[in-house]
Amino acid sequence: MARALINVPAKAKRGEIVEIKTLIQHEMETGFRVGTNGNMIPRDIITDFVCKYNGEEIFRAELFPAIAANPFFAFSTIATESGTISFEWTGDNGFVASESADITVE
Amino acid sequence: MRAATLVFVLAAVTVAVARATEIPLVERKSGYDFMGPDTRAMQDDDTTNPGMLWVLDGETLWKRKAGSADKSCADCHGDAATSMKGVAARYPAFDAARGRPVDLEQRINICRTERQQATPLPFEGKELLALSAYIGHQSRGLPIEAGADARAKPFVEAGRKLFNQRQGQLNLSCAQCHDDNWGQKLAGAPVPQGHATGYPLYRLEWQTLGSLQRRLRNCIVGMRAEPYPFDAAEYVDLELYLMWRARGMTIETPAVRP
Repeated sequence: MARALINVPAKAKRGEIVEIKTLIQHEMETGFRVGTNGNMIPRDIITDFVCKYNGEEIFRAELFPAIAANPFFAFSTIATESGTISFEWTGDNGFVASESADITVE
Repeated sequence: MRAATLVFVLAAVTVAVARATEIPLVERKSGYDFMGPDTRAMQDDDTTNPGMLWVLDGETLWKRKAGSADKSCADCHGDAATSMKGVAARYPAFDAARGRPVDLEQRINICRTERQQATPLPFEGKELLALSAYIGHQSRGLPIEAGADARAKPFVEAGRKLFNQRQGQLNLSCAQCHDDNWGQKLAGAPVPQGHATGYPLYRLEWQTLGSLQRRLRNCIVGMRAEPYPFDAAEYVDLELYLMWRARGMTIETPAVRP
């Protein structure tokens, strides 16, 4: 499975806006490049990224070939309750990766 | 008009030649100092620095058994956080058996073939980059000491000679950009001083991690000269000279560059 780096604050105050940062290892091969043998290199990208907070979707992104390798996402949410923030990336050739992080809201 | 341009170019070249001196130690700057705030922030935060993905891969490889000796790096060297601390700051280092310096990538492959009885990892492959990034990372923040060994001195000199040697269709030497014209612009990008403080590093242009040899190949191709094959002695001499030139500066591995 691809490596991912997640940054979610471990603790937050109720109602506080927290920043979430994610970075995942992926080549994001565009499908427009030509290999050394003259053939097109087939497209291999991440197509979807979803973040859920205790099962509820809070952020979603669709990815396209122009997005750089090792895509990075930063977004914010309001800390409402303690629980788990889960992340899932899906892409071409059956690519699936998931991560999760716990947050304690006081 | 054309003649006037030629005179101007000749004058510029003459000025550049006249200046050919090494950068005084106190005026040295890492490539980091030439970057914008966004790229700096990317390098500084371990959760945004893509090089850390390779460091994590390297940590896994460090513990993975390989070869017919069925040994991992950790089986001999133990915890890299202690055993590899400061090691990358001393590389390329003189190898007595070979009678010449070897760089970190070559050292990893020597360990693989001689100790692990495994096949050497291909240059610029994901695994070798991951291992060298992981080992390099253990020296982050430490001062560069490469080239201090007296036995390495002739190779530092050989590297210096290569650095100052004009080559390629553009007839340029490394020194003409990185000693004489650092801080100027090449196309839109600033010309850095060429201190190899953060290799292997994540280059946004490459969209991946790359070694110092890859960077050197880039420059050599840019001068329209023919690059040496990976692993060539000339690269190691150049790497050694560059590290000696950056002596005392801090290791940034894995750095991020534009």
